[in-house]
This record gives sequence, structure tokens and C-alpha cells, in this order.
Amino acid sequence: MRVLKGVLHLAKSAVEYDKKKLNVREIIQQKKKTCSVNNYTEKLIPKILFGIAAISVFTTIGIVLTLITETIAFFKDVPFIDFFTGTQLKPLGENAVFGVLPLLTGTIISTSIAMLVAIPVGLMTAIFLSEYASEKTRKALKPLLEILAGIPTIVYGFFAFTFVTPLLRSFIPALEPTNILSPGIVMGIMIIPMVASLSEDAMSSVPNAMREGAHALGATKLEVTWKVVVPAAISGIIASFVLGISRAIGETMIVTIASGSSKNFTLDVTQSMQTMTAYIVEVTGGEAAAGTTLYYSLYAVAMTLFVFTLIMNLLAQYISRKFREEY
Amino acid sequence: MPVVIEKTNPNVNKESIIQNPAENKKVVYNTKDLNLWYGEGHALKNINLAINENEITAIIGPSGCGKSTYIKTLNRMVELVPSVKISGEILYRERNILDKSFKVEDLRTNVGMVFQKPNPFPKSIYENVAYGPKIHGIRDKKILDEIVEKSLRGAAIWDEVKDRLNQNAYGLSGGQQQRLCIARCLAIEPDVILMDEPTSALDPISTLKIEELVQELKEAFSITIVTHNMQQAARISDKTAFFLNGEVIEFANTDKIFSTPSDKRTEDYITGRFG
Ligand SMILES: Nc1ncnc2c1ncn2[C@@H]1O[C@H](COP(=O)(O)OP(=O)(O)OP(=O)(O)O)[C@@H](O)[C@H]1O
Ligand SMILES: [Mg+2]
Repeated sequence: MRVLKGVLHLAKSAVEYDKKKLNVREIIQQKKKTCSVNNYTEKLIPKILFGIAAISVFTTIGIVLTLITETIAFFKDVPFIDFFTGTQLKPLGENAVFGVLPLLTGTIISTSIAMLVAIPVGLMTAIFLSEYASEKTRKALKPLLEILAGIPTIVYGFFAFTFVTPLLRSFIPALEPTNILSPGIVMGIMIIPMVASLSEDAMSSVPNAMREGAHALGATKLEVTWKVVVPAAISGIIASFVLGISRAIGETMIVTIASGSSKNFTLDVTQSMQTMTAYIVEVTGGEAAAGTTLYYSLYAVAMTLFVFTLIMNLLAQYISRKFREEY
Repeated sequence: MPVVIEKTNPNVNKESIIQNPAENKKVVYNTKDLNLWYGEGHALKNINLAINENEITAIIGPSGCGKSTYIKTLNRMVELVPSVKISGEILYRERNILDKSFKVEDLRTNVGMVFQKPNPFPKSIYENVAYGPKIHGIRDKKILDEIVEKSLRGAAIWDEVKDRLNQNAYGLSGGQQQRLCIARCLAIEPDVILMDEPTSALDPISTLKIEELVQELKEAFSITIVTHNMQQAARISDKTAFFLNGEVIEFANTDKIFSTPSDKRTEDYITGRFG
């Protein structure tokens, strides 16, 4: 009965509210009548947006079509099998040989080195920022990371060539003046901010309630981080790795400067190697007359690069879907 | 099928456990002159409360009076807020948990918590329940299976989920999620269970189920429950503490609080004159 009294009390205040009614409903109705223009724009806007979105889609289609036609032209000169199994690449001179494997290994090795640096450092940075750092530290560190991300790649390339390589040579005397190791490491450094910042976003958006749930079971901070936060954020974290890998595959300047242009087919990271991107730079920079095999080889390499990144992205989507923990 | 969890903690030494003089019941938690500040905000003022073994203690009071703060102090979750300052003593089984030497992970292994909004991990139903035992070192799949079944049965949700243990916990309804969270908490066989408005996000039927469950659990655990629902407190609890502005206004047997409260403010609150 006491509870009933409480209910009555509430009901009274509802009546008071009613008296002060503002007729909001009427005002809204009137506004609606005067704004018929609104309806028109409301219908037009989606069409404009579609048009704008279509531009980028058509551009992409255009690029892919050009790639495909020119690549087909290339394979008229050089057999498909020879291109993909050839361990020799000598694009210039009388007896030109076009085997893409040296470029493929160059790209794969430089990317692997970069990710060996970027993934652990980036992930640890993200964990520190999201789980351990105080608000103050985080606010100070995040802009710093963004500065790192904003440095032009040519500066990184220069840094690799004039600073990192000499430094590494004092540990590894066998290291050649141009080699794949140094630009690989520097590429990794360049990618750290990206991995760190995207992974941090993913971890910060894990609801606090989940951390509390784990803490309440007696989990230590480390257990909460590794067994709750990281798994919950895994799809975002993997996405950051993949973006990093794509960035490393597509990176051009650093390897062009610091790895030279030897088309070695090797796994020895102390040697100079060329990546697909660096090859494109070299050939474009030289005089490749339109219609020559050399000219078409640009497209074939570009197409390989494109397929490569495409596969990476598809793989990433598959992995992150498979590991996703919904909440 | 005894579930084996090493209780690293202290609660043994049964002789020395304090007796509540009035009732001859064992005291689990004894709070003495507890004060707590969030920065400058004085959120708990001179709290003195004794929580008995195998009883349900309800904490009621208007919004912002410090109920959650108090219950989170009991397992030191409140320390996750950086600005918190605490003084006084909270004796859990005779040991002061506010003492720096008290390992907070040990405390929380003995004191489970159920939150206002169900917060399962984004893992399978099985993994949710097995999480606690796993972090405490239980790896044996057979034992884990047993723990999971026993806990889910204990939380009265086994029949609803036994065929979908490997599905994501977020596919469950809100009420089921909350019972899963209770199961997760039972899985490490705590000594005390703290519940912060465990039914406020649930429909009446789920609420009823959880109320029944809580009353059954009281046989094996000591339970402290925060609730906004006065009928709920009256229905299920043995003792009720009424909080107001960070103070305990009245703490007595639930019957007494709801029939003949001795403080005017308690009466005003339970009759709905404010809050
Ligand atoms: N993290 C925090 N930082 C600062 N002040 C806080 C924090 N959490 C709670 N408070 C303050 O402490 C007081 C008690 O809050 P508490 O959450 O314990 O209330 P409550 O009784 O649980 O309320 P409700 O019934 O609404 O959940 C309130 O004045 C609140 O504003
Ligand atoms: Mg609360």
C-alpha cells in the first residue's frame, strides 16, 4: 500500500506537466507545410551522391581494364609460364629475359621484414596506449605517432640509405651498401604508427564492461588484456596488420633508394634486391618506348602487384571474419 | 565431482572468524568507518556494516547515494577509477582488504560480481563460463566440462543452452545473458557474490527467475545485492541497508525495515516520497 502511495505521487506530477503543454505538435505541422523544398532536395541528394560514388568506381574499372589489355599484349611476347617461373630478369639489351620471380621475392622479403618490425612494436604500442597509459601519456603520445606517420617516404628512404645502412654495417660487415634489410626495417618503422593507431582504436572501443567482467573474476591486468581485450578487438587488429602489409607491398621510394636496382633472385637479405614497385619506377624513368616488350612488362608487373594486394585484402577479410568476436 | 579451485586466500582459520553477537552468524564482511572520495566528492561517509554468511543483504537507496560505490569497494573494483581515495577498514574473513598487502586478484577470486548490464565476453557460452577457471590454471578439458555444466545448472540456464554451448554468448536474450554471467561467476566457486542491480535491465519473467535463483544460491554463498526495486528487496533479502547521500541511514532485518522502519527518512523512501 505504501508503494501505491508512491504511484499516486507520480501520477500527480504527470497532470501538472499536461497543463504546461506548448502545442509543439502544431508547430511541427506548420513547419512541415512551409518546407516543401526540403522534400525535393531530399530526393535529389541520393542521386548526386550516387553520381559521385560512381566516378571512383568507373575510374577503378578503367584502370583495371587498361592493365588487363596491356598485360595481354605482354603475354603475346613473353609466355605466361616463363614470366612467372623465370628467375632471371634482364629487361634491357639484346637478349632480354622477363622472369618476375626476382621482383616477387624482393617484394615478399621487404614486406616480411617490415611486418616483423611493425607488428610486434605496433601492437605493443597499442596495448600500452589503450590499456596501461594514463590519459595524459596517451594524449602526449598519440600526436607523436601521427607525426611519424606524416613524414614523407622519400625522407624515410634517405634515412635508410644514409643512416640505417651504415649503422647496420657496423654489426653486419657483409651487408652491401644497397640491401633489402635496411629499407625493410625502415618501412617497418614507417608502418608502426598505422598499426599502433588502428589497433589502439580497436582496443579502446572494447566496452569497459568486458574488462570489468574479467577483473571481477580475479584476472590480472595482463590476463584481461590478452584474453579479453585483444580477442575482442582482433578483427580491427588484423585489419591494421593487413593495411600495414598492403602499405609495405605498395611502398616504392624507400626500397628504390636504399635497395638499389639489382634484380637478384635470392633470399639473402644483405644483398640488393628490387621490388615490383621499384622496377616500375626504374623502367618508367628510363626510355621505354610504347609498344616494346619492356613497355608492356610494366603493365604485367603492375598487374601482378595488383593481384597480389587484392589477394592480401581478400585473405584479410576472410581472416577477420573468421576471428570476429561479436559484441 | 568436486570442482577444485585453489583458494589461495585466507579464509580458513575458522575458529577466529568473528561472530555476529546478535545472531550467532558468521560475519563475512565487516566494514568499519569506511570513507571514500572520488577526487573531492565524498561518496561514502563513515559506513559501518556487517554482512553475514549465507544471507542475502540488500542495499537500497536513491540514485547517486553510493550503493554501487560501496559494493564495488567490497571487491576493490572501485580502484579502477584513478581518482579514488579510501579510508577505514573492510574486514573480509577477518583480513583488511584495503591493506596494500592484500592481493586484489585473490580477493576477486573469492568474491564474484554480477553487473547491472549483462557483460558476457564476446566468446562462446562455454568459453564464458570456462574463462575464470582457465585463468586460475585449470586446463583439464574434463574438469572444465564439469565446471561449465555445474555452473550453468547452478544458474538455471543449462537446459536452455546445453545444445548451443559453442555459440556466441551475444546470441542469448538479455535475461539469459545475465544468468550466464551468474554462471560465469559461480564457475570459480566464490565465497561471496556481489550483485549490482542484476535485474534492472531485464523483463519481469527473467527477473523472477533470477530472484528465485538468488534465493537458492544463498544456501551456498553469501550474497549482497543492490536494487532499486523495493519489492525485490522485501521479497528476497534477509537484511536491508538503506543508503542516503553516502551514509547508511538504517541497517536491519528486512522485515523490520519494511514494516517498522525506525528512521523517518527510511520510511519516506520506501513509501516513495522521494528517490
Ligand atoms: N567514476 C566516478 N567519478 C566521480 N564520481 C563518481 C564516479 N562514480 C560515481 N561517482 C559519484 O559518486 C556518487 C555515488 O555514485 P554511485 O554510482 O555509487 O551511486 P548509486 O547509488 O549506485 O546510484 P544508481 O542507483 O544511480 O546506480 C554519485 O554522486 C556519483 O556521481
Ligand atoms: Mg549504481
